[in-house]
Amino acid sequence: MARMKFLCDAERCIECNGCVTACKNENEVPWGVNRRRVVTINDGVAGAEKSISVACMHCSDAPCMAVCPVDCFYRTDEGVVLHDKDLCIGCGYCFYACPFGAPQFPQAGAFGLRGKMDKCTFCAGGPEKDLSKEEFAKYGSNRLAQGKLPACAEMCSTKALLGGDGDVIADIYRQRVLNRGKGSEVWGWGTAYGKPEQRAAPAGAKS
Amino acid sequence: MIDPRKLFLAGAAIALVLGLAACGERDQVTVYKQGKYQGKPDSKPWESDPGASLYTTSKWNPGDKTSWESALRMRNLAQNEYNRAE
Repeated sequence: MARMKFLCDAERCIECNGCVTACKNENEVPWGVNRRRVVTINDGVAGAEKSISVACMHCSDAPCMAVCPVDCFYRTDEGVVLHDKDLCIGCGYCFYACPFGAPQFPQAGAFGLRGKMDKCTFCAGGPEKDLSKEEFAKYGSNRLAQGKLPACAEMCSTKALLGGDGDVIADIYRQRVLNRGKGSEVWGWGTAYGKPEQRAAPAGAKS
Repeated sequence: MIDPRKLFLAGAAIALVLGLAACGERDQVTVYKQGKYQGKPDSKPWESDPGASLYTTSKWNPGDKTSWESALRMRNLAQNEYNRAE
């Protein structure tokens, strides 16, 4: 299996916020925290308005992992970027590093004190016993351990948001683009998963 | 009148309890190693039993990664409405 990825088709997204609601409901995300949200550009401009559903993209070379001072991030075998909330100190560095604004910080006390970081887990839970109460309380639902895909993607009514094995969703998208003959741009994929020209040079190569 | 020996023994017992109290304290400072994940290990999704949760429709053998991947692949392909429409 290839690695897990999200793909949002801006030609199909109708800004219904079904993905946001599905995520909130599935993971019982608290007030003030949005693991997923829908961003609209050129709002109200006829023909130019586009909406995109944004969350953690589980980047190949995740900047959050690079900047975390306590190294609480890890990547699973499926390429999902997760973190240990027992280690997180809520410093907010990951929020500044993330190109998608994915890390969220719940208010943990008086005077706007930041709590531990919360973000999309690709519905893969976290470092607790799978499908346990502790895992759900800290990280939300673990749908991958139930043989399911993220709730946001599976609930998307127009199938604008695809989530799962990168190869499979890329094939689905390719077929879609060939059928409609337009809208081949995949928003955020270059940033999250690297552009072809930015692939790492072979070992020993000199630039 | 309190027996001075009993008083001494009681004092010694209290001192012993207070003195050993810190021995049961857990280390609360994590020693961080730069660039290495320090948290708890995570279990693999295919290790869980598909029947362990409600409403699971996918089927695989617990611990068998290949069967979990094929179950997830079926789920993945269901996102293609061209397949469903045909």
